[in-house]
Amino acid sequence: MAKIHVSTTVNGEPVEFLCDASSSMLDALRGPLGLTGTKEGCGTGDCGACSITVDGRLMCSCLMLAVEAEGHEIATIEGMAQGDKLHPLQQKFLEMAALQCGICTPGVLISARSLLEKNPDPTEEEVRFGLAGNLCRCTGYDKIVRAVLETAAEMREAAR
Amino acid sequence: MTDIRYLAPRTLDEAVGAFAAAAGGARILAGGTDLLVQMRAGVAKPGTIIDIKKIPEMTAIEDLGGGAFRIGAAVSGAVLAEHAGFRKAWPGVLEAVNLIGSKQVQGRASPGGNLCNASPAGDSVPAMVAAGAVVTIQGPNGRRELPVEKVPAGPGRTNLTPGEIVVSFTLPARPKGSGDAYLRMIPRTEMDIAVVGMGVNLVLEGGVVKAARVGLGAVAPTVLLVEDAARALIGSRLDDAALEAAAAACRAACKPINDKRGTIAYRIKVAGVLLKRTAAIAARRAGGN
Ligand SMILES: Cc1cc2nc3c(=O)[nH]c(=O)nc-3n(C[C@H](O)[C@H](O)[C@H](O)COP(=O)(O)OP(=O)(O)OC[C@H]3O[C@@H](n4cnc5c(N)ncnc54)[C@H](O)[C@@H]3O)c2cc1C
Ligand code: FES
Ligand code: FES
Repeated sequence: MAKIHVSTTVNGEPVEFLCDASSSMLDALRGPLGLTGTKEGCGTGDCGACSITVDGRLMCSCLMLAVEAEGHEIATIEGMAQGDKLHPLQQKFLEMAALQCGICTPGVLISARSLLEKNPDPTEEEVRFGLAGNLCRCTGYDKIVRAVLETAAEMREAAR
Repeated sequence: MTDIRYLAPRTLDEAVGAFAAAAGGARILAGGTDLLVQMRAGVAKPGTIIDIKKIPEMTAIEDLGGGAFRIGAAVSGAVLAEHAGFRKAWPGVLEAVNLIGSKQVQGRASPGGNLCNASPAGDSVPAMVAAGAVVTIQGPNGRRELPVEKVPAGPGRTNLTPGEIVVSFTLPARPKGSGDAYLRMIPRTEMDIAVVGMGVNLVLEGGVVKAARVGLGAVAPTVLLVEDAARALIGSRLDDAALEAAAAACRAACKPINDKRGTIAYRIKVAGVLLKRTAAIAARRAGGN
């Protein structure tokens, strides 16, 4: 069957790609769009490694069809740093060693950014619930949660 | 994979036409958090996917006044949570919808998908049943309405006829003294499937229950409306005897299965416990309204 042509915006840039009707957004990102920062863990919505935002809302790219991207604004991990300047969450994850193998990290960062946009001053419990859709087999979560809380505190301070 | 056809009609008539024409070969796509998982597992093999999110009615939230709302079947949990008026009128329905999956799943999952997927453990369904929600359905023969509890027919099966699409949920006006709540029991603290789900909706007047509805999930092939439990509460001041009678009615309504999350005996016991806890929360909210 003929491929479908999709026009969308990824990290602020207009892009076009071709896909099958059954391709997931994750397939499109990692395939024709060449953006391999978004990871595949499970493909079934359980692990959050594939987290992106669509029109500012957090979603699993494995549970979205690529054709659904038409006309929407997609944001991936590749758009998180501004050039060489890391996002405060990325910086803090490095400083506090909030990652080990790193496969979950892009998804965790996208999800944490979305959490802090909605709630700049979360409690530890709110961070844990907010990140419940992101599984990590390595860190035991504690370093991740502390890095998010620490970043939130610094971002609040910087915004004063 | 032999590839499928993707359609994103802009009108309900087109969607119904395409759905009926596919004669069982098509599936409706709302958030896809069930459908895409089932396709990936090879359980669902549609030849055509009909995305309903470009149909304005499917994604609209309409405030009908007095606490009444019409919610498009494909509205996501995340969008519903942002509606302050809805949150105030129907906190129990909202907490049930927002219990579906993670924040990522919330970005897509809809109450229409939750209902039509017809899992006995779907979280939003008992709360919608307790709310007295009525669904509007459109099919090749026009529109009809059904109380939400009449939609599921069994695990994974609904009473929708071929070509029918759920369009919206209508929740009734809220008299003064109304409150609703939803609680579920899961073995983990989040991201799990309900062992029991309980929705309670009350109207209180001077501390006396004037109206009540109880929706019970995950303990029978379909979500149940437990009328005996509601009868036990109506006319009472939610004293221990009335609550125990309502809890007993919930236990009696259970026809659960044994599985790794809970045994039959455990589910039945928990149904009674959750009735009391959920009614207490609904009553507290009713007191504040
Ligand atoms: C990680 C994860 C966690 C989850 N956790 C929970 C949970 O805690 N509680 C829970 O209840 N569920 C849970 N689910 C299941 C799922 O998210 C919900 O059932 C959700 O509400 C489905 O909505 P959807 O819009 O994504 O449905 P879709 O997948 O789009 O549709 C579901 C089914 O209904 C049909 N359908 C959808 N809309 C209509 C319509 N308007 N008319 C007719 N048919 C229609 C579709 O064809 C499909 O068969 C989880 C899923 C995942 C992946
Ligand atoms: S790959 Fe999407 S949630 Fe695991
Ligand atoms: S760092 Fe390895 S999975 Fe999270």
